[in-house]
Amino acid sequence: MANIISDEMIEYVGILAKLELSDEEKEQAKQDMGNMLDYIDMLNGLDTEGVEPMSHVFPVHNVFREDVVENADERDKILANAPAAKEGAFKVPKTVE
Amino acid sequence: MSIQYETVIGLEVHVELATKTKIFCGCSTAFGGAPNTHTCPVCTGMPGSLPVLNRQVVEYAAAVGLATNCTINQHCKFDRKNYFYPDNPQNYQISQLYEPICRNGYIEIDTASGTKKIGIHEIHMEEDAGKLIHDEWEDCSLVDFNRSGVPLIEIVSEPDMRNAEEVIAYLDKLRLIIQYLGASDCKLQEGSMRADVNLSVRPAGSDVLGTRTEMKNLNSFKAIARAIEGERERQIELLSMGRTVTQETRRWDDNKEASYAMRSKEDAQDYRYFPEPDLVPVVISDEWLASIKARQPELRTQKLIRYKKEFDIPDYDANIITSAKRMADIFEATTAICGKPKKVSNWLMVETMRLMKEHEMEADELTFSPENLAKLIQLTDEGTINSSVAKEVFTKIFLENTDPEQYVEEQGLKTVSDEGALKEVIRKVITDHPQSVADYRSGKEKALGFLVGQTMKAMKGKADPQAVNQILKGELA
Repeated sequence: MANIISDEMIEYVGILAKLELSDEEKEQAKQDMGNMLDYIDMLNGLDTEGVEPMSHVFPVHNVFREDVVENADERDKILANAPAAKEGAFKVPKTVE
Repeated sequence: MSIQYETVIGLEVHVELATKTKIFCGCSTAFGGAPNTHTCPVCTGMPGSLPVLNRQVVEYAAAVGLATNCTINQHCKFDRKNYFYPDNPQNYQISQLYEPICRNGYIEIDTASGTKKIGIHEIHMEEDAGKLIHDEWEDCSLVDFNRSGVPLIEIVSEPDMRNAEEVIAYLDKLRLIIQYLGASDCKLQEGSMRADVNLSVRPAGSDVLGTRTEMKNLNSFKAIARAIEGERERQIELLSMGRTVTQETRRWDDNKEASYAMRSKEDAQDYRYFPEPDLVPVVISDEWLASIKARQPELRTQKLIRYKKEFDIPDYDANIITSAKRMADIFEATTAICGKPKKVSNWLMVETMRLMKEHEMEADELTFSPENLAKLIQLTDEGTINSSVAKEVFTKIFLENTDPEQYVEEQGLKTVSDEGALKEVIRKVITDHPQSVADYRSGKEKALGFLVGQTMKAMKGKADPQAVNQILKGELA
């Protein structure tokens, strides 16, 4: 494996992804990420001369909606998915900037 | 000698677009609904839901780009900006980083030293977040996703501004252009236009940029001006003490007239953007772009030229009337009904402006109808009511959009032109004020004015002052 993920890097990525990893999981993730980067390096080494950049896997563009209201008030159904609700709103731990 | 510093300012302006529905789903964008009544699986980030782009968002964004001299990126696409916050249900915001819809524009502002170009780096489309309400009784926050997915454009300027006056001139110009396009109502107080100020200072004459800070939570022009002054001083103080400015986001507290850093160092701002896989690219063909261009409404500069030609009103009037889209709309609609542009202009410039100031209102809060203003002009012109009654009636129209014909009828405000009735009142005024009569007769012209005033008072303002004047003169001769 050419790409070595440091302990600091895996710690940082864990913070960004809000994941708490055990030491064992960290080692596994370091392996996996290293392999992924190796794969990307391999792709970067390919000759892409004359190949058009692809911005999407499907050769489709311009899929639009018209600006017309289609959805009615289905708050109860939406809130049924909330871990906790109060006064018609999703209830979350107190969050202040 | 102390170092002179120059302030360098760039703005990130978010504007909520005036679409009926959200950017990626068919939920209404209407204001004021009860929490979460305008939501669906897409804008609450439910697993498996897929976004579909609202065509009108592309049209508005391109229209703003064209009106601000941008190059329209005819191949553009969306990216994911990843961050965790409870107002962001997907844990990412769909935005545009690599291929924004507009680039390299500018607008011109008027400054004390002449016209100045302010560069626009880019304009991109993105979705708004929900709203967090902090519960008063329980230790929790409540999330309302009605605003989640409301379409925004973010207009990023170049760091071309040097002081608060230029920033406000830029925002004012931008707001007017967008309002004229009908792309947004751009209300700072209500958050449909939000400006983040990026500011740094550097020794005057230097062409190296200093470390900048980003200031958020600025919801009035006054707050923006104060925040710029406050941040400039804070940075200069740090530098002159030999310290450095930290690149950070700061929140302005307008009550305390101070700002504080919003995020701690542990909270890294690393958004890990990547191309949005759920949306296909947007291709704006030459034909589509041409049709957006062709539908571009008349902007202020063109309006000014037309007003002068078509309505023959003074430049001064045209300038004030076109300074707000709503005002120009009322002017044109009223003139179309009554055909008297100068009179319409007078009502807007004098009484409307006075009442707006008195009630601390903006032009887009005007609610009276052109029909009622046209009727009032008609009533005055016919001599049905006199000018002071007209002012009183206009106040009613301004505040409650009252029908002036009905109101004049109900309140008995018609001018009394019946000479017999007037004469009777005038004779009584003459008898009651012998001193003024004597003064007038001994050549004091002013005394006549007083007697006219007394007559008008006795008539409760409903007489034609000119008729009163004439009859009085006749009676005193």
